[in-house]
Amino acid sequence: MSIDSILFYLFAVIILGSAIMTITRRNVVHSAIWLIGALVGVAGLYLLQGAEFLAGVQIIVYIGGITVLFLFVIMLVPVREEALTHRFSSQKWIAVFCSVVVLVILMAFVVHGGGSLEFPTREAPLEPGSLTKNSEEVGYVLFSEYLLPFELASILLLVAIIGAVVMSKTRKSETES
Amino acid sequence: MDAILFSAADFHVLKPVILLCLFGCGILITDAFLIRNRADRWKNAIPALAAQVAVAASLVQHLGDVRSGGAFSGLNGSMQVDGFAVFFNWLFVLAASLAIVISARYMGAEGEHRGEFYALLLFAQAGMSVMAAGYDLVVLFIGLETMALSFYVLVGFLRDTRRSNEAALKYLILGAFSSGLLAYGFSILYGISGSTNLGEIAKAVAARSEGDLALFLALITCSVGLLFKIAAAPFHMWAPDVYEGAPTPVTAYVSVASKAASFALMLRIFLTAFESAAEAWMPLLGAIALVTMTIGNFAAVTQTNVKRMLAYSSIAHAGYILLGLVAGNETGLRGVAVYLLAYVFMNYGAFALVAALRREGEAAEDIDDFNGLYHRAPGYTILLAIFMLSLTGIPPLAGFYGKYFIFLAILREGYYLVAVFAAIYVAVSAFYYFRLIRACWLLEEGEQQKPAQLDMNFGTRAALVACALLTLLIGIYPQPFIDLAGESVLAALR
Repeated sequence: MSIDSILFYLFAVIILGSAIMTITRRNVVHSAIWLIGALVGVAGLYLLQGAEFLAGVQIIVYIGGITVLFLFVIMLVPVREEALTHRFSSQKWIAVFCSVVVLVILMAFVVHGGGSLEFPTREAPLEPGSLTKNSEEVGYVLFSEYLLPFELASILLLVAIIGAVVMSKTRKSETES
Repeated sequence: MDAILFSAADFHVLKPVILLCLFGCGILITDAFLIRNRADRWKNAIPALAAQVAVAASLVQHLGDVRSGGAFSGLNGSMQVDGFAVFFNWLFVLAASLAIVISARYMGAEGEHRGEFYALLLFAQAGMSVMAAGYDLVVLFIGLETMALSFYVLVGFLRDTRRSNEAALKYLILGAFSSGLLAYGFSILYGISGSTNLGEIAKAVAARSEGDLALFLALITCSVGLLFKIAAAPFHMWAPDVYEGAPTPVTAYVSVASKAASFALMLRIFLTAFESAAEAWMPLLGAIALVTMTIGNFAAVTQTNVKRMLAYSSIAHAGYILLGLVAGNETGLRGVAVYLLAYVFMNYGAFALVAALRREGEAAEDIDDFNGLYHRAPGYTILLAIFMLSLTGIPPLAGFYGKYFIFLAILREGYYLVAVFAAIYVAVSAFYYFRLIRACWLLEEGEQQKPAQLDMNFGTRAALVACALLTLLIGIYPQPFIDLAGESVLAALR
């Protein structure tokens, strides 16, 4: 077994184990912390594929941003006792149904193997080592071919910031100013 | 690596978007530093309207260039200015101007009159402008999100009103969900073609074999995401709550501009990327259009709140417009364009009147509040009747021509049964539109509460009269408008 396979199974175990812990913990804070484990595992898989930029983004955005935001929200919003004890009761069967459907679809893909969705492949296989400048390539493409979406995203973020300020500003602070 | 990343031609293509963003930022600054007095807040509408004039000027340039030299693209082909984009941009300019004009009084009365409101209106319009002219999946998606994010905030702008908060939250959650589905579809399209450019995707899709699973998945996810955005059944559940809870000028803006922009996106994707798969999506969308008309029209009959009634009626209208796309011929697409143009004026007129109607300083939105309106404000009631008749599709008003072309198109394609159902639903819609007109002529019996009055200012009056005149003008002398719409459609079909 090559080192790659060993690492792959290691990360897979980390992802699955953390994910199961995430959904079975009673304490929401513990769930959020286990989620970090699952996300780190995914970052590891990206790294294994030679996509170091994606791995970095995964850690910065998902762990640094989103999970920390989860923790903030959990700590700021009081959680009712009821929500801690009967979490799944009302939607249990819907959840089971959806999970079974997704499982069947995924199994169909696994059984069919790689050709189940015909995606075009590169005519000439990549030279080994041609992807080493992954981050550099992403940066170059982002500022040349995808310059417009990049700039538009800044408007999108500006709208998000304005929206957050508008929605959270209280009347009191407005009258004082 | 020394290629020119942003040339003068690119700037020309992007000018409306740049103008809108600059004016939006400008309003934020002038509101913070120049407007000290709460009573002066309406002055924010001035730069917002100036932005519309500037955008209109650049659109005139675009139209001239398109007429003389055909469509042109910029920024590595990720934006394409053609008749289609210019036409939809005109719709957005009209819708935004009307929203700005009727907002000043309404937001002032609700005590939530702030500069951010106008800035967000302009940012939303920038997003829509990108959606109409975008020719690249990433660009289109970010345009869509810019529009949607602005609307989430605008819908929840009345922070002290529970319904407004609830509407914003519902819109945000369902909107994010549908955007997720759409992004999923886009990612499969990218997987199929290896490019985000719509032209490249169209080539790759055309090369796929029939009954291809990946293409089918992309088609389904894109359709569901887009149908959410245009509020077609069965993905319409958010619309009545959002339309009811939002400030009325925003409701009008969402129902007209957001719908037009989503249709622009839908037409662009289905007529370029999915064009070769038309046999797969036409029956699907046809069924959806029928369900949408059924649910929209029958649910509207039972409503007592005018905003909810108009919400269900707008769902029904989305069904008719979809039929134009299903027919897929030139007449049908021309019908879509004419329909959307007429819809701007008649729907805005109706919402402007609802926005102006107040009882003791409170917004009055029930059908009962219109009781006896004719005896208090005969002129405006006649305008309301014009808008309602036009929404029904009675000739010679603007709404008639949209329906006329769409019916013609589906008959030409031989969908007789669909046409019969669509015609029956027009009769159903007449029932609820006429109920509102009838209420206006009712005499009050027992005066339990003070009757609702129309609270007008110059802007609302001007907007109402302009909407009514254009509804009549398009109805009586439709030729130039039909030609304009036809021009845009030919560009999309090319």
